[in-house]
Amino acid sequence: MGRRVVITGIGVLAPGGIGTKNFWSLLSEGRTATRGITFFDPSPFRSKVAAEADFDPELHGLGPQEIRRMDRAAQFGVVTAREALADSGLDLAGLDPYRTGVTIGSAVGATTGLDNEYRVVSDGGRLDLVDHKYTPQHLYNHFVPSSFAAEVAWATGAEGPATVVSTGCTSGIDSVGHAVELIREGTADVMITGATDAPISPITMACFDAIKATTPRNDDPEHASRPFDGTRNGFVLGEGSACFVLEELESARKRGARIYAEIAGYASRCNAFHMTGLRPDGREMAEAIKVALDEARMNPEGIDYINAHGSGTKQNDRHETAAFKLSLGDHAYRTPVSSIKSMVGHSLGAIGSIEIAASVLAMENNVVPPTANLHTPDPECDLDYVPLTAREHTTDAVLTVGSGFGGFQSAMVLARPERSLA
Amino acid sequence: MTAKVVITGIGVATPNGLGVDDYWAATRVGKNAIGPVTRFDAAQYPSKLAGEIHDFTAEDHLPSRLIPQTDRMTRLALVAADCAFEDAGVKPGDIPEFDMGVVTASASGGFEFGQNELKKLWGQGSQYVSAYQSFAWFYAVNSGQISIRNGMRGPSGVVVSDQAGGLDAIAQARRQIRKGSKLIFSGGFDASICPWGWVAQLAGGLMSTDENPERAYLPFDTDANGYVPGEGGALLILEDAEAARGRGATNIYGEIAGYGATFDPKPGSGREPGLRRAIEAALADAGLTAGDIDVVFADAAGTPELDRVEADAISAVFGPGGVPVTAPKTMTGRLYSGAAPVDVVAAVLAMREGLIPPTTNVTLSPEYDIDLVTGSARTAPVRAALVLARGYGGFNSAVVVRAAD
Amino acid sequence: MSQEFTIDDLKRILLEGAGADEGVDLDSDILDTDFEELGYESLALLETGGRIEREYGISFDDDTLAENRTPRALVATVNALLKDAVGV
Repeated sequence: MGRRVVITGIGVLAPGGIGTKNFWSLLSEGRTATRGITFFDPSPFRSKVAAEADFDPELHGLGPQEIRRMDRAAQFGVVTAREALADSGLDLAGLDPYRTGVTIGSAVGATTGLDNEYRVVSDGGRLDLVDHKYTPQHLYNHFVPSSFAAEVAWATGAEGPATVVSTGCTSGIDSVGHAVELIREGTADVMITGATDAPISPITMACFDAIKATTPRNDDPEHASRPFDGTRNGFVLGEGSACFVLEELESARKRGARIYAEIAGYASRCNAFHMTGLRPDGREMAEAIKVALDEARMNPEGIDYINAHGSGTKQNDRHETAAFKLSLGDHAYRTPVSSIKSMVGHSLGAIGSIEIAASVLAMENNVVPPTANLHTPDPECDLDYVPLTAREHTTDAVLTVGSGFGGFQSAMVLARPERSLA
Repeated sequence: MTAKVVITGIGVATPNGLGVDDYWAATRVGKNAIGPVTRFDAAQYPSKLAGEIHDFTAEDHLPSRLIPQTDRMTRLALVAADCAFEDAGVKPGDIPEFDMGVVTASASGGFEFGQNELKKLWGQGSQYVSAYQSFAWFYAVNSGQISIRNGMRGPSGVVVSDQAGGLDAIAQARRQIRKGSKLIFSGGFDASICPWGWVAQLAGGLMSTDENPERAYLPFDTDANGYVPGEGGALLILEDAEAARGRGATNIYGEIAGYGATFDPKPGSGREPGLRRAIEAALADAGLTAGDIDVVFADAAGTPELDRVEADAISAVFGPGGVPVTAPKTMTGRLYSGAAPVDVVAAVLAMREGLIPPTTNVTLSPEYDIDLVTGSARTAPVRAALVLARGYGGFNSAVVVRAAD
Repeated sequence: MSQEFTIDDLKRILLEGAGADEGVDLDSDILDTDFEELGYESLALLETGGRIEREYGISFDDDTLAENRTPRALVATVNALLKDAVGV
């Protein structure tokens, strides 16, 4: 086994849980952060609920100019990247900037900023030939969301490879997976990685309304995200970010870093089937899981907890239940599975990283977060989904998965570095 | 880890050529394709020129089922993908589906599709927004659509690093092949020549406002005054060299031999920009020295400050006038994520013919001590080429392409 | 003025919103052929449904498109909704 990669710093910004501590309180107490939309008037929309973060950029150290030029998602990313770096104890001045890189995942980039600016330059949708005299310079940063990686690089002093990874709703896993590959191959020693999205805007609500992907459970927003429950009828849009500091294991040990977990295995596959639909057999996700386990040199029995994609659409819940059975065999029935989207909603490209953070915190605390709102299980989903309340459970290794538009299916295995290798 | 990764198929669509033959026939003779914007009325905007693809009718190439759900950049990419398969002599079913993947770059996604839906949202109401808006504009759409159309279920990905992304995607594709995939599709396409895309590009402040197509985009010239945007890109089929030979691949254009990427220091730090280090990293990765490189395909930003940074980096590595440098993108404008994959195509075709395509319209400023190939093409044996690409904000990427033996 | 929704209206909207699969002839007798057999999956039907709703000023239930699996059924449902919209 060559260079091994570990997480040594975490920063999280999730609805109802800004900061790692608050985030874990929300999850371990099984509270939900979904609510009726407050960011704009939701009355024209079919789905009027979302998981919104109460975020004040100034409280998080962003200056007026940073706030002006950055889309909300970029602001989230900078805040969690700084938090992760501080948490890692790495000294910015002591970092070799050339050996430090950045990968940031985002599914929809600056969609909220673009929505706002379009409304202005088109004068409320009136002008075909939109008016350039009303554009701010930062519109280019919204146009090409690699600006998110640039902002994080500036905030952390990284001068190695930098990019945004944008594979739809698996971006948050794939971004971290990409960073792991850069350390393993020796291109970088430290990676600032993670994902961010802030998609709660009229255009996003409208496009998911059009395909009835988001829930219309508007009369009960606190309980609207119901993965694996027989009464679920779509996902709840969320927002947020999580970032990590990744280091090569030996150098992390040498400097006495606190090591949260090793990223032991990662793989991504495509369904080559449909831009929004899933094959019911779950085969691509199963394939990604198997390859990730192989890379981790782990048998299915090594997995103590599955952090599911669990978006709360019927199609997804059945698809991934099939994928767990296909890849883990009988062990799937013995392993707790849960979806934190029941509490923090689905923040598209960000959620994969937020779920990695949840997985690592489950290992830290030996507690598995619950699937909130799961009262009436879908009979076709017959695994142990940890309904309603968190569970004490020895958690040495976690499988976290994601599934998204475009057909992407990703899997990551997190484990304690001192484990014995199969 | 050291598996050789070779280019075995090419699909290219640029303002000066659709397909490898057309593109090269135009590029080797310096055929200009920059002209007045025709896709909308640009009279009211300070910049009025673009590199547009004029002779592309998606309906001639793609099933009608795909037309309503695709942006122009996706249609171009899907057609280029078909061409690349044909060029490689591979059919989608020839290789196990989990051994084939797609890694593309995008800069701005399906921006025109997004524009049209935003207009409906704000002008008519949210119920007018298309069901396809949920994916047709987003950055991952080309990888998704190509994988679906061609039954590719292996490792896939999407990177966004503005113009540098085209090389970052190729590097990521090479990683996947080194990890065991047999064939990965890679490259990038962008096509945001629409009013909304235009004002967003203008906002960057680097676009040329000159209205003469031959004077608007002049990298490394004393009169450099910005860039002209274009549309298009290229897709490459990358394969493990042994696997390609094993299946009897007929076109082995060249090897992706080295890659390096860096990010510039924060503005105002006074530290050296990262491009030189990206070049050195790519050379080291390829196991080559500066003397082994026969031509550099420059990023060619077209603004004095950025041209200065690039010329300095090239001179620092290769010595003053130490290597021929060219920028055929002066014919097409800057294609964002599509630009560098097109330059990789130009590099392997330059190797094939022993001919370095020209940087058109430019008279080299005496400020720069680089050997810029201007005027017309230069005959020269090309065994190894360096392709450079930079993205807004400080992204630097470099790829070394080497002739396959 | 009462409006009628015909199979030709449906074909036109299908073509605009979702095109047609190669090998499917929309001009043949398709009234009783499943949409799925005609190559229209749920996404294409959602786009088609949205276009019908906007053009004809009607509103489908969430299950309308799943329940009306053939052109004949969908045309009939649209006409029933149009009749309701005009009022009795």
